[in-house]
Amino acid sequence: MSRISAAKRLELIRNKNRPTVNDYIPMIFHNFTQLHGDRYYGDDPAIMAGLAFFMGIPVTVIAHVKGRDIDENKRSNFAMPHPEGYRKALRLAKQAEKFRRPVVCLIDTPGAFCGIEAEKRGQGEAIAKNLMEFMSLRTPIVSIVLGEGGSGGALALAVCDELMLLENALYSVISPRGFASILWKDPTLETQAAELMKITSEDMLELGVCEKIIPEAEGGAHNDPQSTAENISDFLFEAVQRLIKTDVDVLLKNRYEKFRKIGMFSFVHE
Amino acid sequence: MGLEDLFKTVRDRFKDKDEKSSPLPETHKKPEIPGNLLFKCPRCRATAYMEEFEKNRKVCAHCDYHSRLTWRERLDITADKGSFREFDGDMVSMNPIGFPDYEKKISRLSCECKTNEAVVTGECTIQGYRAVIGIMDSHFMMASMGSVVGEKITRLFEYATERKLPVIIFAASGGARMQEGIISLMQMAKTSGAIARHNEARQLYITVLTDPTTGGVTASFASLGDVIIAEPKALIGFAGRRVIQDTIKQHLPDDFQSAEFLLENGFVDMITDRKRMRKILSRLLKVHNYRKQEE
Repeated sequence: MSRISAAKRLELIRNKNRPTVNDYIPMIFHNFTQLHGDRYYGDDPAIMAGLAFFMGIPVTVIAHVKGRDIDENKRSNFAMPHPEGYRKALRLAKQAEKFRRPVVCLIDTPGAFCGIEAEKRGQGEAIAKNLMEFMSLRTPIVSIVLGEGGSGGALALAVCDELMLLENALYSVISPRGFASILWKDPTLETQAAELMKITSEDMLELGVCEKIIPEAEGGAHNDPQSTAENISDFLFEAVQRLIKTDVDVLLKNRYEKFRKIGMFSFVHE
Repeated sequence: MGLEDLFKTVRDRFKDKDEKSSPLPETHKKPEIPGNLLFKCPRCRATAYMEEFEKNRKVCAHCDYHSRLTWRERLDITADKGSFREFDGDMVSMNPIGFPDYEKKISRLSCECKTNEAVVTGECTIQGYRAVIGIMDSHFMMASMGSVVGEKITRLFEYATERKLPVIIFAASGGARMQEGIISLMQMAKTSGAIARHNEARQLYITVLTDPTTGGVTASFASLGDVIIAEPKALIGFAGRRVIQDTIKQHLPDDFQSAEFLLENGFVDMITDRKRMRKILSRLLKVHNYRKQEE
Protein backbone atom coordinates (compact mmCIF):
# COMPACT_ATOMS: atom_id res chain seq x y z
CA MET A 1 0.00 0.00 0.00
CA SER A 2 1.70 3.21 -1.07
CA ARG A 3 1.21 6.19 1.16
CA ILE A 4 -1.06 8.85 -0.24
CA SER A 5 -0.82 12.26 1.40
CA ALA A 6 -3.46 13.39 3.88
CA ALA A 7 -4.34 16.31 1.63
CA LYS A 8 -4.92 14.02 -1.34
CA ARG A 9 -7.12 11.85 0.85
CA LEU A 10 -9.17 14.87 1.86
CA GLU A 11 -9.96 15.22 -1.84
CA LEU A 12 -10.73 11.51 -2.16
CA ILE A 13 -13.22 11.44 0.68
CA ARG A 14 -14.91 14.53 -0.68
CA ASN A 15 -15.31 12.98 -4.13
CA LYS A 16 -19.00 13.18 -4.82
CA ASN A 17 -19.04 9.61 -6.07
CA ARG A 18 -17.52 8.20 -2.91
CA PRO A 19 -19.90 5.47 -1.69
CA THR A 20 -21.91 6.23 1.43
CA VAL A 21 -23.86 4.04 3.87
CA ASN A 22 -26.76 4.10 1.48
CA ASP A 23 -24.58 2.24 -1.00
CA TYR A 24 -22.81 -0.01 1.46
CA ILE A 25 -25.67 -1.22 3.63
CA PRO A 26 -27.43 -3.23 0.89
CA MET A 27 -24.08 -4.63 -0.27
CA ILE A 28 -22.97 -5.76 3.20
CA PHE A 29 -26.16 -6.60 5.12
CA HIS A 30 -29.39 -8.47 4.41
CA ASN A 31 -32.91 -7.47 5.37
CA PHE A 32 -31.89 -4.14 6.83
CA THR A 33 -34.87 -2.89 8.81
CA GLN A 34 -34.67 0.69 9.91
CA LEU A 35 -35.76 1.70 13.41
CA HIS A 36 -36.51 5.31 14.24
CA GLY A 37 -36.49 7.74 17.12
CA ASP A 38 -34.84 8.37 20.46
CA ARG A 39 -38.12 8.05 22.44
CA TYR A 40 -37.53 11.46 24.04
CA TYR A 41 -37.60 14.11 21.40
CA GLY A 42 -37.57 12.93 17.80
CA ASP A 43 -35.83 11.11 15.01
CA ASP A 44 -32.54 12.39 13.69
CA PRO A 45 -32.04 11.67 9.98
CA ALA A 46 -28.28 12.26 10.35
CA ILE A 47 -27.99 8.88 12.05
CA MET A 48 -29.67 5.83 10.54
CA ALA A 49 -30.05 2.72 12.64
CA GLY A 50 -31.71 -0.63 12.41
CA LEU A 51 -31.54 -4.40 12.45
CA ALA A 52 -30.03 -6.63 9.81
CA PHE A 53 -28.38 -9.93 9.10
CA PHE A 54 -24.66 -9.93 8.50
CA MET A 55 -23.50 -13.25 7.05
CA GLY A 56 -26.49 -14.81 8.76
CA ILE A 57 -25.76 -13.19 12.14
CA PRO A 58 -28.36 -10.73 13.51
CA VAL A 59 -26.72 -7.35 14.15
CA THR A 60 -27.66 -3.78 15.03
CA VAL A 61 -26.35 -1.25 12.52
CA ILE A 62 -25.83 2.42 13.44
CA ALA A 63 -24.59 4.76 10.73
CA HIS A 64 -24.00 8.41 9.90
CA VAL A 65 -25.91 9.35 6.79
CA LYS A 66 -23.94 11.34 4.27
CA GLY A 67 -25.78 12.25 1.10
CA ARG A 68 -24.31 12.30 -2.35
CA ASP A 69 -26.07 15.42 -3.53
CA ILE A 70 -27.35 18.57 -1.94
CA ASP A 71 -30.90 17.28 -1.51
CA GLU A 72 -29.81 14.09 0.19
CA ASN A 73 -27.45 16.07 2.36
CA LYS A 74 -30.11 18.57 3.32
CA ARG A 75 -32.32 15.72 4.43
CA SER A 76 -29.62 14.20 6.62
CA ASN A 77 -28.09 17.53 7.75
CA PHE A 78 -24.76 16.64 6.09
CA ALA A 79 -24.35 13.78 8.58
CA MET A 80 -24.08 16.18 11.50
CA PRO A 81 -26.23 14.71 14.27
CA HIS A 82 -28.28 16.46 16.92
CA PRO A 83 -28.49 15.03 20.46
CA GLU A 84 -31.50 12.90 19.48
CA GLY A 85 -29.30 11.11 16.94
CA TYR A 86 -26.85 10.04 19.64
CA ARG A 87 -29.72 9.12 21.94
CA LYS A 88 -31.26 6.95 19.23
CA ALA A 89 -27.86 5.27 18.79
CA LEU A 90 -27.67 4.62 22.52
CA ARG A 91 -31.22 3.30 22.71
CA LEU A 92 -30.55 0.79 19.96
CA ALA A 93 -27.15 -0.15 21.34
CA LYS A 94 -28.83 -0.97 24.67
CA GLN A 95 -31.41 -2.98 22.77
CA ALA A 96 -28.60 -4.88 21.03
CA GLU A 97 -27.12 -5.61 24.45
CA LYS A 98 -30.44 -6.98 25.63
CA PHE A 99 -30.68 -9.37 22.69
CA ARG A 100 -26.95 -10.13 22.61
CA ARG A 101 -26.50 -8.80 19.10
CA PRO A 102 -23.20 -7.31 17.95
CA VAL A 103 -23.33 -3.60 17.12
CA VAL A 104 -21.79 -2.34 13.88
CA CYS A 105 -21.21 1.43 13.65
CA LEU A 106 -20.47 3.03 10.29
CA ILE A 107 -18.86 6.42 10.77
CA ASP A 108 -18.89 9.23 8.24
CA THR A 109 -19.41 12.67 9.78
CA PRO A 110 -17.77 16.08 9.87
CA GLY A 111 -18.83 16.26 13.54
CA ALA A 112 -21.78 16.89 15.79
CA PHE A 113 -24.04 19.73 14.68
CA CYS A 114 -23.34 23.16 16.13
CA GLY A 115 -26.57 25.04 16.70
CA ILE A 116 -28.94 26.55 19.22
CA GLU A 117 -31.29 23.58 19.38
CA ALA A 118 -28.41 21.11 19.66
CA GLU A 119 -27.06 23.03 22.66
CA LYS A 120 -30.50 23.37 24.22
CA ARG A 121 -31.06 19.64 24.06
CA GLY A 122 -27.63 18.85 25.48
CA GLN A 123 -25.24 17.98 22.67
CA GLY A 124 -22.37 17.58 25.15
CA GLU A 125 -24.37 15.42 27.51
CA ALA A 126 -25.62 13.18 24.69
CA ILE A 127 -22.09 12.48 23.42
CA ALA A 128 -20.68 12.01 26.94
CA LYS A 129 -23.42 9.53 27.79
CA ASN A 130 -22.65 7.47 24.70
CA LEU A 131 -18.95 7.33 25.54
CA MET A 132 -19.67 6.05 29.02
CA GLU A 133 -22.43 3.62 28.06
CA PHE A 134 -20.64 2.19 25.03
CA MET A 135 -17.62 1.58 27.24
CA SER A 136 -19.64 -0.81 29.36
CA LEU A 137 -22.04 -2.22 26.76
CA ARG A 138 -22.10 -6.00 27.22
CA THR A 139 -22.05 -6.96 23.57
CA PRO A 140 -19.39 -6.67 20.84
CA ILE A 141 -19.05 -3.32 19.05
CA VAL A 142 -17.17 -2.89 15.78
CA SER A 143 -16.82 0.60 14.30
CA ILE A 144 -15.68 1.43 10.79
CA VAL A 145 -14.77 4.91 9.55
CA LEU A 146 -15.90 5.08 5.93
CA GLY A 147 -14.84 8.62 5.06
CA GLU A 148 -14.73 11.44 7.53
CA GLY A 149 -14.34 10.74 11.25
CA GLY A 150 -14.78 14.18 12.72
CA SER A 151 -14.30 14.90 16.39
CA GLY A 152 -16.64 14.00 19.24
CA GLY A 153 -19.41 13.53 16.71
CA ALA A 154 -17.53 10.50 15.35
CA LEU A 155 -16.21 9.31 18.70
CA ALA A 156 -19.77 8.96 20.01
CA LEU A 157 -20.05 5.93 17.67
CA ALA A 158 -16.42 4.85 17.97
CA VAL A 159 -16.09 3.52 21.50
CA CYS A 160 -15.76 -0.09 20.41
CA ASP A 161 -13.84 -3.34 20.61
CA GLU A 162 -12.35 -2.92 17.21
CA LEU A 163 -11.97 0.24 15.13
CA MET A 164 -11.24 -0.04 11.43
CA LEU A 165 -10.65 2.67 8.87
CA LEU A 166 -11.13 2.43 5.16
CA GLU A 167 -7.75 3.02 3.56
CA ASN A 168 -8.45 6.63 2.63
CA ALA A 169 -10.69 7.51 5.56
CA LEU A 170 -9.58 10.19 8.03
CA TYR A 171 -10.09 10.48 11.76
CA SER A 172 -9.35 13.71 13.59
CA VAL A 173 -9.98 15.78 16.71
CA ILE A 174 -11.29 18.62 14.53
CA SER A 175 -11.50 19.12 10.77
CA PRO A 176 -8.22 20.31 9.21
CA ARG A 177 -10.05 23.47 8.25
CA GLY A 178 -11.15 24.08 11.82
CA PHE A 179 -7.65 23.33 13.08
CA ALA A 180 -6.14 25.88 10.68
CA SER A 181 -8.71 28.50 11.48
CA ILE A 182 -8.42 28.14 15.25
CA LEU A 183 -4.68 27.65 15.67
CA TRP A 184 -3.45 29.70 12.74
CA LYS A 185 -6.40 32.03 12.18
CA ASP A 186 -6.40 31.03 8.54
CA PRO A 187 -8.73 28.33 7.20
CA THR A 188 -6.97 28.34 3.84
CA LEU A 189 -4.05 26.55 5.52
CA GLU A 190 -6.22 23.44 5.53
CA THR A 191 -3.76 21.38 3.50
CA GLN A 192 -0.84 22.14 5.82
CA ALA A 193 -3.06 21.33 8.79
CA ALA A 194 -4.06 17.98 7.28
CA GLU A 195 -0.41 17.03 6.86
CA LEU A 196 0.59 18.10 10.36
CA MET A 197 -2.35 16.63 12.28
CA LYS A 198 -1.71 12.89 11.69
CA ILE A 199 -5.16 11.88 10.55
CA THR A 200 -4.68 9.07 8.01
CA SER A 201 -5.50 5.41 8.51
CA GLU A 202 -1.77 4.59 8.76
CA ASP A 203 -1.37 7.27 11.44
CA MET A 204 -4.25 5.73 13.40
CA LEU A 205 -2.65 2.31 13.25
CA GLU A 206 0.70 3.69 14.39
CA LEU A 207 -0.84 5.69 17.23
CA GLY A 208 -2.79 2.64 18.40
CA VAL A 209 -6.12 4.32 17.73
CA CYS A 210 -7.37 1.78 15.18
CA GLU A 211 -6.86 -1.95 14.79
CA LYS A 212 -7.25 -2.50 11.07
CA ILE A 213 -7.06 -0.72 7.73
CA ILE A 214 -9.52 -1.96 5.12
CA PRO A 215 -8.16 -1.68 1.56
CA GLU A 216 -10.20 0.26 -0.96
CA ALA A 217 -10.49 -0.27 -4.68
CA GLU A 218 -7.52 1.00 -6.73
CA GLY A 219 -7.58 4.81 -6.74
CA GLY A 220 -10.34 5.03 -4.14
CA ALA A 221 -13.61 3.36 -3.13
CA HIS A 222 -15.61 5.26 -5.76
CA ASN A 223 -13.82 3.33 -8.51
CA ASP A 224 -15.34 0.07 -7.38
CA PRO A 225 -17.86 0.26 -4.51
CA GLN A 226 -18.68 -3.44 -4.77
CA SER A 227 -15.12 -4.65 -4.22
CA THR A 228 -14.66 -2.16 -1.37
CA ALA A 229 -17.89 -3.45 0.21
CA GLU A 230 -16.54 -7.01 -0.09
CA ASN A 231 -13.36 -5.96 1.70
CA ILE A 232 -15.44 -4.39 4.48
CA SER A 233 -17.47 -7.60 4.77
CA ASP A 234 -14.35 -9.75 5.02
CA PHE A 235 -12.78 -7.65 7.77
CA LEU A 236 -16.06 -7.29 9.61
CA PHE A 237 -16.77 -11.01 9.45
CA GLU A 238 -13.40 -11.91 10.90
CA ALA A 239 -13.86 -9.43 13.77
CA VAL A 240 -17.48 -10.29 14.57
CA GLN A 241 -16.77 -14.03 14.56
CA ARG A 242 -13.89 -13.59 16.95
CA LEU A 243 -15.66 -11.10 19.25
CA ILE A 244 -18.88 -13.06 19.65
CA LYS A 245 -16.84 -16.00 20.89
CA THR A 246 -15.04 -13.83 23.47
CA ASP A 247 -16.30 -13.89 27.04
CA VAL A 248 -18.15 -10.63 27.72
CA ASP A 249 -16.08 -9.74 30.80
CA VAL A 250 -12.89 -10.25 28.83
CA LEU A 251 -14.37 -8.19 26.01
CA LEU A 252 -15.09 -5.27 28.36
CA LYS A 253 -11.69 -5.49 30.00
CA ASN A 254 -9.99 -5.40 26.58
CA ARG A 255 -12.18 -2.51 25.46
CA TYR A 256 -11.22 -0.52 28.54
CA GLU A 257 -7.52 -1.30 28.08
CA LYS A 258 -7.63 -0.35 24.41
CA PHE A 259 -8.48 3.25 25.32
CA ARG A 260 -6.71 3.22 28.67
CA LYS A 261 -3.29 2.97 27.09
CA ILE A 262 -3.70 5.85 24.64
CA GLY A 263 -1.78 8.95 25.68
CA MET A 264 1.78 10.24 25.73
CA PHE A 265 3.28 11.70 28.87
CA SER A 266 6.40 11.57 31.01
CA PHE A 267 7.53 12.66 34.47
CA VAL A 268 9.81 15.42 35.66
CA HIS A 269 11.64 15.44 38.94
CA GLU A 270 10.57 18.36 41.04
CA MET B 1 -24.28 47.31 28.81
CA GLY B 2 -26.05 44.13 27.86
CA LEU B 3 -25.10 40.55 28.23
CA GLU B 4 -24.15 40.59 24.60
CA ASP B 5 -21.05 42.58 25.41
CA LEU B 6 -19.93 40.08 27.94
CA PHE B 7 -19.95 37.35 25.34
CA LYS B 8 -17.92 39.57 23.10
CA THR B 9 -15.44 39.79 25.91
CA VAL B 10 -15.42 36.06 26.39
CA ARG B 11 -14.96 35.66 22.68
CA ASP B 12 -12.10 38.09 22.69
CA ARG B 13 -10.50 36.21 25.47
CA PHE B 14 -10.68 32.99 23.51
CA LYS B 15 -9.21 34.77 20.53
CA ASP B 16 -6.40 35.94 22.67
CA LYS B 17 -5.65 32.42 23.80
CA ASP B 18 -5.75 31.11 20.26
CA GLU B 19 -3.28 33.66 19.09
CA LYS B 20 -0.95 32.73 21.87
CA SER B 21 -1.08 29.06 20.90
CA SER B 22 -0.26 29.82 17.29
CA PRO B 23 2.84 28.09 16.00
CA LEU B 24 3.43 31.03 13.68
CA PRO B 25 6.04 33.49 14.92
CA GLU B 26 4.87 35.06 18.14
CA THR B 27 5.15 38.70 18.86
CA HIS B 28 6.84 39.43 22.13
CA LYS B 29 4.82 39.08 25.26
CA LYS B 30 2.80 42.17 26.03
CA PRO B 31 4.13 44.07 29.00
CA GLU B 32 2.22 43.41 32.19
CA ILE B 33 -0.04 46.28 33.14
CA PRO B 34 1.38 47.44 36.43
CA GLY B 35 -0.65 47.52 39.60
CA ASN B 36 -3.82 45.55 38.88
CA LEU B 37 -5.85 47.65 41.23
CA LEU B 38 -9.20 47.34 39.56
CA PHE B 39 -11.34 44.40 38.53
CA LYS B 40 -13.57 45.01 35.54
CA CYS B 41 -16.33 42.42 35.26
CA PRO B 42 -16.43 40.85 31.80
CA ARG B 43 -20.15 40.20 32.21
CA CYS B 44 -21.62 43.48 33.49
CA ARG B 45 -18.62 45.80 33.02
CA ALA B 46 -18.89 47.04 36.58
CA THR B 47 -15.57 47.80 38.25
CA ALA B 48 -14.45 47.08 41.76
CA TYR B 49 -11.25 47.42 43.74
CA MET B 50 -9.19 44.32 43.27
CA GLU B 51 -8.84 43.94 47.00
CA GLU B 52 -12.61 43.94 47.52
CA PHE B 53 -13.11 41.59 44.60
CA GLU B 54 -10.56 39.13 45.93
CA LYS B 55 -12.06 39.30 49.39
CA ASN B 56 -15.36 38.40 47.74
CA ARG B 57 -13.77 35.19 46.37
CA LYS B 58 -13.48 36.76 42.93
CA VAL B 59 -17.21 37.13 42.52
CA CYS B 60 -18.55 40.29 40.90
CA ALA B 61 -20.48 42.11 43.63
CA HIS B 62 -22.65 43.73 41.01
CA CYS B 63 -23.85 40.84 38.81
CA ASP B 64 -22.70 37.74 40.73
CA TYR B 65 -20.46 36.52 37.91
CA HIS B 66 -18.14 33.92 39.40
CA SER B 67 -14.87 34.64 37.69
CA ARG B 68 -12.04 32.21 36.97
CA LEU B 69 -9.83 30.96 39.76
CA THR B 70 -6.39 29.43 39.68
CA TRP B 71 -6.20 25.85 40.92
CA ARG B 72 -4.56 27.09 44.12
CA GLU B 73 -7.33 29.60 44.83
CA ARG B 74 -9.95 26.93 44.22
CA LEU B 75 -8.21 24.47 46.47
CA ASP B 76 -7.91 27.04 49.25
CA ILE B 77 -11.63 27.79 49.31
CA THR B 78 -12.66 24.14 48.92
CA ALA B 79 -10.46 21.75 50.89
CA ASP B 80 -9.88 21.70 54.63
CA LYS B 81 -6.68 23.50 55.44
CA GLY B 82 -3.60 21.30 55.07
CA SER B 83 -5.64 18.26 54.01
CA PHE B 84 -4.62 18.14 50.35
CA ARG B 85 -2.24 15.54 49.01
CA GLU B 86 -1.45 15.86 45.32
CA PHE B 87 -1.29 12.96 42.85
CA ASP B 88 0.92 12.83 39.75
CA GLY B 89 2.06 16.43 40.11
CA ASP B 90 5.18 15.64 38.10
CA MET B 91 3.38 14.29 35.05
CA VAL B 92 4.10 16.31 31.91
CA SER B 93 2.96 16.38 28.30
CA MET B 94 4.90 15.03 25.38
CA ASN B 95 4.37 16.07 21.80
CA PRO B 96 2.53 13.22 20.05
CA ILE B 97 2.05 14.88 16.67
CA GLY B 98 5.20 17.01 16.73
CA PHE B 99 3.32 20.27 16.98
CA PRO B 100 5.75 23.18 16.56
CA ASP B 101 6.88 24.73 19.85
CA TYR B 102 4.41 22.74 21.93
CA GLU B 103 6.99 21.77 24.57
CA LYS B 104 8.17 25.33 24.83
CA LYS B 105 4.68 26.58 25.46
CA ILE B 106 4.03 23.92 28.07
CA SER B 107 7.18 24.70 30.00
CA ARG B 108 6.48 28.43 29.97
CA LEU B 109 2.96 27.83 31.31
CA SER B 110 4.24 25.41 33.94
CA CYS B 111 6.24 28.27 35.45
CA GLU B 112 3.46 30.84 35.14
CA CYS B 113 0.72 28.64 36.56
CA LYS B 114 2.80 26.75 39.13
CA THR B 115 1.55 23.43 37.87
CA ASN B 116 2.77 21.05 35.19
CA GLU B 117 -0.61 20.70 33.55
CA ALA B 118 -4.17 22.03 33.23
CA VAL B 119 -5.57 19.83 35.97
CA VAL B 120 -4.36 19.32 39.52
CA THR B 121 -5.58 16.12 41.17
CA GLY B 122 -5.36 14.65 44.63
CA GLU B 123 -7.10 13.75 47.82
CA CYS B 124 -8.40 16.02 50.56
CA THR B 125 -11.14 16.45 53.13
CA ILE B 126 -14.05 18.85 52.82
CA GLN B 127 -15.60 19.74 56.18
CA GLY B 128 -14.13 16.48 57.38
CA TYR B 129 -15.34 14.30 54.52
CA ARG B 130 -12.69 12.50 52.56
CA ALA B 131 -12.88 13.07 48.80
CA VAL B 132 -10.81 12.67 45.69
CA ILE B 133 -10.64 15.95 43.84
CA GLY B 134 -9.64 17.33 40.43
CA ILE B 135 -9.31 21.04 39.75
CA MET B 136 -8.90 22.36 36.22
CA ASP B 137 -7.11 25.65 35.75
CA SER B 138 -8.17 27.69 32.72
CA HIS B 139 -5.00 29.77 32.96
CA PHE B 140 -3.09 26.75 31.64
CA MET B 141 -3.83 26.57 27.88
CA MET B 142 -7.51 27.22 28.57
CA ALA B 143 -7.50 23.94 30.49
CA SER B 144 -7.68 21.99 27.26
CA MET B 145 -7.54 18.20 27.59
CA GLY B 146 -4.53 16.39 26.23
CA SER B 147 -2.77 13.20 27.34
CA VAL B 148 -1.88 14.46 30.81
CA VAL B 149 -5.31 15.79 31.70
CA GLY B 150 -6.87 12.56 30.41
CA GLU B 151 -4.41 10.37 32.28
CA LYS B 152 -4.63 12.27 35.57
CA ILE B 153 -8.44 12.23 35.53
CA THR B 154 -8.44 8.52 34.66
CA ARG B 155 -6.00 7.70 37.48
CA LEU B 156 -8.09 9.77 39.85
CA PHE B 157 -11.18 7.69 39.10
CA GLU B 158 -9.27 4.42 39.26
CA TYR B 159 -7.90 5.41 42.67
CA ALA B 160 -11.37 6.35 43.90
CA THR B 161 -12.96 3.18 42.50
CA GLU B 162 -10.43 0.97 44.24
CA ARG B 163 -10.89 2.71 47.60
CA LYS B 164 -14.61 3.38 47.29
CA LEU B 165 -14.23 7.14 47.48
CA PRO B 166 -16.30 9.96 46.00
CA VAL B 167 -14.87 12.14 43.23
CA ILE B 168 -15.38 15.88 42.86
CA ILE B 169 -14.20 17.62 39.71
CA PHE B 170 -14.13 21.37 39.20
CA ALA B 171 -14.38 21.50 35.44
CA ALA B 172 -13.17 24.31 33.21
CA SER B 173 -11.96 23.81 29.68
CA GLY B 174 -11.75 25.09 26.15
CA GLY B 175 -12.13 21.46 24.99
CA ALA B 176 -9.81 18.88 23.51
CA ARG B 177 -6.20 20.02 23.08
CA MET B 178 -5.78 20.27 19.35
CA GLN B 179 -1.99 20.38 19.61
CA GLU B 180 -2.12 16.68 20.52
CA GLY B 181 -4.32 15.72 17.57
CA ILE B 182 -6.36 12.52 17.74
CA ILE B 183 -4.69 11.51 21.03
CA SER B 184 -6.59 14.29 22.78
CA LEU B 185 -9.90 13.06 21.36
CA MET B 186 -9.20 9.61 22.76
CA GLN B 187 -8.91 11.07 26.26
CA MET B 188 -12.65 11.71 26.15
CA ALA B 189 -13.28 7.98 25.78
CA LYS B 190 -10.61 7.03 28.29
CA THR B 191 -11.93 9.27 31.08
CA SER B 192 -15.53 8.23 30.37
CA GLY B 193 -14.48 4.60 30.68
CA ALA B 194 -12.93 5.22 34.09
CA ILE B 195 -16.11 6.99 35.20
CA ALA B 196 -18.18 4.01 34.02
CA ARG B 197 -16.21 1.78 36.40
CA HIS B 198 -16.50 4.22 39.28
CA ASN B 199 -20.22 4.34 38.54
CA GLU B 200 -20.48 0.54 38.55
CA ALA B 201 -18.72 0.56 41.93
CA ARG B 202 -21.67 2.73 43.08
CA GLN B 203 -19.57 5.69 44.12
CA LEU B 204 -20.58 9.33 43.99
CA TYR B 205 -19.26 11.66 41.32
CA ILE B 206 -19.95 15.39 41.56
CA THR B 207 -19.00 17.83 38.81
CA VAL B 208 -18.83 21.55 39.37
CA LEU B 209 -18.98 23.39 36.06
CA THR B 210 -17.07 26.65 36.21
CA ASP B 211 -16.38 29.37 33.68
CA PRO B 212 -15.79 28.25 30.94
CA THR B 213 -16.62 24.55 30.40
CA THR B 214 -16.85 23.69 26.72
CA GLY B 215 -16.05 21.26 23.89
CA GLY B 216 -14.65 17.81 24.49
CA VAL B 217 -14.69 18.18 28.26
CA THR B 218 -18.41 19.04 28.23
CA ALA B 219 -18.85 16.08 25.87
CA SER B 220 -17.14 13.71 28.30
CA PHE B 221 -16.42 13.73 32.03
CA ALA B 222 -17.92 17.14 32.88
CA SER B 223 -21.40 15.96 31.89
CA LEU B 224 -21.28 12.59 33.63
CA GLY B 225 -21.67 13.55 37.28
CA ASP B 226 -24.37 12.03 39.47
CA VAL B 227 -24.85 15.58 40.62
CA ILE B 228 -23.93 18.47 38.36
CA ILE B 229 -23.43 21.87 39.96
CA ALA B 230 -22.70 25.09 38.07
CA GLU B 231 -21.33 28.41 39.23
CA PRO B 232 -23.42 31.52 38.52
CA LYS B 233 -22.99 33.01 35.03
CA ALA B 234 -20.45 30.39 33.95
CA LEU B 235 -20.23 29.78 30.22
CA ILE B 236 -21.05 26.10 29.58
CA GLY B 237 -21.61 24.45 26.22
CA PHE B 238 -20.43 22.07 23.57
CA ALA B 239 -19.75 24.22 20.51
CA GLY B 240 -18.24 27.69 20.66
CA ARG B 241 -20.56 30.65 20.27
CA ARG B 242 -18.67 31.93 17.25
CA VAL B 243 -18.83 28.54 15.51
CA ILE B 244 -22.57 28.36 16.08
CA GLN B 245 -23.08 31.88 14.83
CA ASP B 246 -21.08 31.11 11.69
CA THR B 247 -22.98 27.86 11.10
CA ILE B 248 -26.54 29.03 11.54
CA LYS B 249 -26.20 32.75 10.86
CA GLN B 250 -28.83 33.63 13.43
CA HIS B 251 -28.87 35.84 16.46
CA LEU B 252 -28.10 33.93 19.64
CA PRO B 253 -30.02 34.65 22.83
CA ASP B 254 -28.03 36.70 25.33
CA ASP B 255 -28.01 34.08 28.07
CA PHE B 256 -27.16 31.32 25.58
CA GLN B 257 -24.85 28.67 27.11
CA SER B 258 -24.86 30.28 30.56
CA ALA B 259 -25.23 28.22 33.72
CA GLU B 260 -28.74 29.64 34.02
CA PHE B 261 -29.56 28.52 30.45
CA LEU B 262 -28.44 24.99 31.30
CA LEU B 263 -30.50 24.91 34.48
CA GLU B 264 -33.55 26.01 32.53
CA ASN B 265 -32.98 23.31 29.93
CA GLY B 266 -32.46 20.59 32.49
CA PHE B 267 -28.73 19.94 32.21
CA VAL B 268 -27.52 20.98 35.66
CA ASP B 269 -28.93 20.11 39.06
CA MET B 270 -28.24 23.43 40.72
CA ILE B 271 -26.42 26.70 40.55
CA THR B 272 -24.40 27.22 43.68
CA ASP B 273 -22.76 30.30 45.05
CA ARG B 274 -19.06 30.04 45.83
CA LYS B 275 -19.71 30.92 49.45
CA ARG B 276 -21.99 27.94 49.92
CA MET B 277 -20.02 25.44 47.84
CA ARG B 278 -18.21 23.67 50.68
CA LYS B 279 -21.41 23.30 52.60
CA ILE B 280 -23.31 21.89 49.63
CA LEU B 281 -20.48 19.49 48.76
CA SER B 282 -20.20 18.17 52.30
CA ARG B 283 -23.97 17.79 52.53
CA LEU B 284 -23.96 15.76 49.31
CA LEU B 285 -21.17 13.57 50.66
CA LYS B 286 -23.11 13.06 53.87
CA VAL B 287 -26.36 12.11 52.18
CA HIS B 288 -24.45 9.46 50.21
CA ASN B 289 -23.35 7.86 53.47
CA TYR B 290 -19.71 8.82 53.34
CA ARG B 291 -18.40 9.22 56.88
CA LYS B 292 -16.54 12.09 58.42
CA GLN B 293 -12.86 11.45 59.09
CA GLU B 294 -11.92 11.12 62.76
CA GLU B 295 -10.25 14.23 64.02
